Amino acid sequence: MSYAFSRATTHPVRAAAILALVLCAAFVVPAIFAAAAAPAPTVDLNIAKFAFAPKEITIAPGTKIVWTNHDETPHTVTSNDKSFASKGLDTDDKFEHTFASEGDFSYICTVHPFMTGVVHVHKQ
Amino acid sequence: MSTYDTGHNPARRQALSCLAAWTGAAVVWTVAGGVPRALGATTAGAPTAATKNALTFVQISDTHIGFRKEANPDVVGSLRHAIADINALPQAPAFVVHTGDVSHLSKPEEFGKAREVLQEIHVDRVHTIPGEHDTIDDGVTGYLKFFDHDGNGKAWYSFDQGGVHFIALNNVLNFKVGTMAALGDEQIIWMKTDLAHVSHSTPIVVLAHIPLWTIWEPWGWGTADSAQALALLRPFGSVTVLNGHIHQVLQKVEGNIALHTAMSLAYPLPTPGQAGIGEPGPVTVPAGELGKLLGTRQLSVVRGRHELALIDTPLAG
Repeated sequence: MSYAFSRATTHPVRAAAILALVLCAAFVVPAIFAAAAAPAPTVDLNIAKFAFAPKEITIAPGTKIVWTNHDETPHTVTSNDKSFASKGLDTDDKFEHTFASEGDFSYICTVHPFMTGVVHVHKQ
Repeated sequence: MSTYDTGHNPARRQALSCLAAWTGAAVVWTVAGGVPRALGATTAGAPTAATKNALTFVQISDTHIGFRKEANPDVVGSLRHAIADINALPQAPAFVVHTGDVSHLSKPEEFGKAREVLQEIHVDRVHTIPGEHDTIDDGVTGYLKFFDHDGNGKAWYSFDQGGVHFIALNNVLNFKVGTMAALGDEQIIWMKTDLAHVSHSTPIVVLAHIPLWTIWEPWGWGTADSAQALALLRPFGSVTVLNGHIHQVLQKVEGNIALHTAMSLAYPLPTPGQAGIGEPGPVTVPAGELGKLLGTRQLSVVRGRHELALIDTPLAG
């Protein structure tokens, strides 16, 4: 980087090209890796004290969310559009779902419908 | 009807019509300003003196078969303790009602175990309704495989016994997002049709898992469309609503309608919105205290008397 920086002072056009390459590398390469085999980024969410925590979260497409029920009372993770739904989760049971496409996904616990959460899936 | 025959002397039902009220050792509860208060033991029989022509039945609730956490590692043992108490009553009840949360996780083995143990009660029939713990994965489908004997595929039904009209409801589904559960339009319409054939002087007993009045909305302790159900019940001279769900005894009277919640047979829950406890999860109490917070209820319907006589009995005094 120090080389590019020093050259940039005298060759702005070449510097811009290098910068473009760096930017390409930053965005394209991880995308290629992701498409290949890299595990989906994972985010852990807690179900505790009759609440989803965090209640609202924003993630990139392809992210996997893993919910863990820490209560002694069973809960579910059930989306309002039926795109994902867990079975009843007993204490320490987990449910995971990978969000492939963009959108806002509201969900509830069907045992306790006052428990609500939302996952925002947006390119970042 | 969502009942089953327990095989205990089917001829005995004819002999039940002249049952007198039970007056055994128990604690009678009263509620003032929303706070339940024990009036004292009824061994002397004062509050519910034996009466002729009384229909007597027992309410149990919230057995949560399958629960095995610290708050009560032996819920089957607690149920069997209650069954021993019921079977030891000096005068057998006509039947038992279970006001929901039969199971903890809606699992077939939990329903199966519950049905097996409930058959140890020396009564002809046990009437059940579902709680939200009985409808977790597939609505009432799994529950009805064990507790639907008329095959109508609904968890609501009615029956008449001893001059009383009983209505059993399912108020644990039909919720809108972020709200309390509800009876739903289909069930309200059914209730209206069902009640159309009942004279206003007939005592009505309603069974519903979640209270039919709003006790604490942030915890879902209420029924979103209970006002519609209560409006249908208001013309009747004597209405008693028996609920479970909140694992403690509370009572409210609205005109001719008396609403009562019952103790659980599994574990206690906090008082509504209890300070320092942000959620309605199981409460673990010191050893020796649990039996005082679990229990059964016996009810007597006396002809000509407006209110039902209630005795709430803890498993351990």
